Amino acid sequence: MPITYYLILSAILFVLGIAGMLIRRNAIVVFMSMEMMFNAANLLFVAYASYYQILTGQLFVFFVMTVAAAEVAIGLALIVAIYRNRKQIDVDDMSSLKG
Amino acid sequence: MSFGLILIFGTLALVIVGTAVGMLVSRNAVYAALFLAMNFATVALLYLILGAPFIAVAQVTVYAGAIMILFLFVIMLLGGEKLPGAEKIKGQRTLAILLGVVFLAEIGLYMIFRGGSLTLLPEAASSSGSPAALGMMLFNQYLLPFEITSVILLTALVGAIVLTRKSNGSGK
Repeated sequence: MPITYYLILSAILFVLGIAGMLIRRNAIVVFMSMEMMFNAANLLFVAYASYYQILTGQLFVFFVMTVAAAEVAIGLALIVAIYRNRKQIDVDDMSSLKG
Repeated sequence: MSFGLILIFGTLALVIVGTAVGMLVSRNAVYAALFLAMNFATVALLYLILGAPFIAVAQVTVYAGAIMILFLFVIMLLGGEKLPGAEKIKGQRTLAILLGVVFLAEIGLYMIFRGGSLTLLPEAASSSGSPAALGMMLFNQYLLPFEITSVILLTALVGAIVLTRKSNGSGK
């Protein structure tokens, strides 16, 4: 089975993640779209690890997963903190720093 | 053999893209989270096909398990499952979709011009990706990055606790 199929699937998944980040206004859904982009990159890592028969790609997926878990924990804590201050999590309204 | 594999891949890819689109268009954040969990589980099946059983199980436990539970927990905590769908900035959605399509076309053009060959994946790749080999590599060659990720996780733990406790203490 050609590796190009995995490339195409990963590209579509990544673009869908980008579209979700740009379209959706709910901060939680924006975070989910980011996870989907991580997922697309991970799929490509594993596909090429299988293609070249090297384990390093799988190890990098492991590291990406760990860092993504840490990032989600921090990000959701930030969202909760923002919600406590402003009572909503619409990303368009988080413009306090705008001049 | 190969045709069956392509059939399975096509079905899984269809489910993956479908759940991703479902996550994008669903108004309810809980539905979006469930769509994403389905997406992660299906990608884990693709990892199994690619001969990475450890990564597949880690994907299910970490992504579809822990991270999605965290997302759902925060959605329930904030109670903001439904948000108004009206866009604040005019024409943002069409512009976003347009830019996404342009980016996809860019990737496609790059793949056509630079790496357009239909190179086949090796058939039996399951033996090399065994969890034992992965563990040996992780604890010998990549010990330092492994330790650094433990520090990152500890930092995230402390940071999340501090971030969620501070406003509680000063606010009320």
